[in-house]
Amino acid sequence: MKEELIVSGRMNPMIDPSLNIWHWQIPLYLFLGGMAAGILCIAALYYIRGREKDYYTAVRITPFLAPILLVLGLLALFIDLRHKLYFWQLYTNIKLQSPMSWGAWTLMVITPVSFIWCALHIRDIFPEWDWKYKWLKDLEAFFNRFKKTLAWVMLIYGLILGIYTGILLSAFNARPLWNTSILGPLFLASGLSAGAAATLIMSKDKAERKQFAKIDLVIIGIELFLIIHMFMGYLASTQVQIEAAEMFLGGQYTVSFWVFVVILGLLMPALLEILELQKLHIPALISPLLVIFGSLMLRFIIVYAGQVSRYLY
Amino acid sequence: MRYAMAVDTKKCVGCSDCVVACQTENNVPMGFCRDWVVEVMDGTYPQLEMEIRSERCNHCVNSPCVRCCPTGASHFAEGGIVLVKETECIGCGACIASCPYDARYPHPDGYVDKCTFCIHRIKKGMKPACVEVCPTKCMYFGDLDDANSDVSIVLKKRKYKVLIPEAGTDPQLYFLI
Repeated sequence: MKEELIVSGRMNPMIDPSLNIWHWQIPLYLFLGGMAAGILCIAALYYIRGREKDYYTAVRITPFLAPILLVLGLLALFIDLRHKLYFWQLYTNIKLQSPMSWGAWTLMVITPVSFIWCALHIRDIFPEWDWKYKWLKDLEAFFNRFKKTLAWVMLIYGLILGIYTGILLSAFNARPLWNTSILGPLFLASGLSAGAAATLIMSKDKAERKQFAKIDLVIIGIELFLIIHMFMGYLASTQVQIEAAEMFLGGQYTVSFWVFVVILGLLMPALLEILELQKLHIPALISPLLVIFGSLMLRFIIVYAGQVSRYLY
Repeated sequence: MRYAMAVDTKKCVGCSDCVVACQTENNVPMGFCRDWVVEVMDGTYPQLEMEIRSERCNHCVNSPCVRCCPTGASHFAEGGIVLVKETECIGCGACIASCPYDARYPHPDGYVDKCTFCIHRIKKGMKPACVEVCPTKCMYFGDLDDANSDVSIVLKKRKYKVLIPEAGTDPQLYFLI
């Protein structure tokens, strides 16, 4: 038996008894950023492939959510900072080793790009829209000319944004639960499925809805594969990672993870979408809302559980 | 130059003088500390073994905190001492999450704070406050590149260990066993 106690009365309220440094702001941002990344990637991909007419909502309407999500996410990040007035220090240097640094720079690129993409499609929402000033009209014409380049930038930076939300956590080897490179692709997949779910909610076109139900199904399959892979990795790894996995296999996060993320967030929507594709009548909103809910819960549970997992020495 | 510290677990009695000395010297805010004492009880009665360690930042060579810091506020000063520049720190908490030793805390003023090996004292040729004040003289501080420094001499003579070597941080806080 080994018992370890701190006898000097150390009470670091943000650390003891388990790390308590990140609260709702970070998982909320990871979710919002991931969903925005998913929406923008899908829009850019279908635009580049010239499928704009078939997937009108995904390319032209759903992206209007992205800037809103990104701004809310940035706000959450800002609230999380303890030295708020120094936030500009993020943009005085580029640190390639720090995922948070290139995440900050990625947001610096993708946020304006998402605004420009929306500005180019503003007449789909407000048909009477007028930019009023000549220079704004010129700017619109300029970006319209380079729309394909813009779409490529949006696709690449969207992918980086989606992956970075996971890599951000996996760079911390002090927290064994986070220290797995699967988190990058898992969070990207989760963001893409939330992005596809957003189009599923907004689209009224039957063919488009069918296509996006299929996309969601495929991504849910990938997510399940990645989750199984993640646990295989933990269980075949060192003691601290085995203990991290045990939090989900009988430990304190078992119910919340398997019920909210896996059953309600992945298996249920997959089942409903299969039934819907079989032409059964199912209220259209349920399955995409469950996907978005599962995506949100995944971020919350991983961020909170990661802070509990630690090295013991 | 490579500053390091060795703590003799056979001599340490866990009096916490080092903790109080540090809090006073560095004006550490109430409820926080830059160093702390851990007591480990191993075995089953009556075969018990106890180890007492005065712990602090390990000033790692491969520091996850310096690597994860997005602004460069966490940096290496002379002799490999890991420091935080208050005016560059945004208080994002990445370094706190990245430290396997939980050696950092968010200062109420917003930036992240930690052990500095009392760099302001070292520059004047003095020892860190915790080393200076220890009543059992169980702590050794110095330059590992200097074969005649206190820490080099004691590490040559004694068996030692570091904490969580498997985290790959190459810590510079040695515990004599």
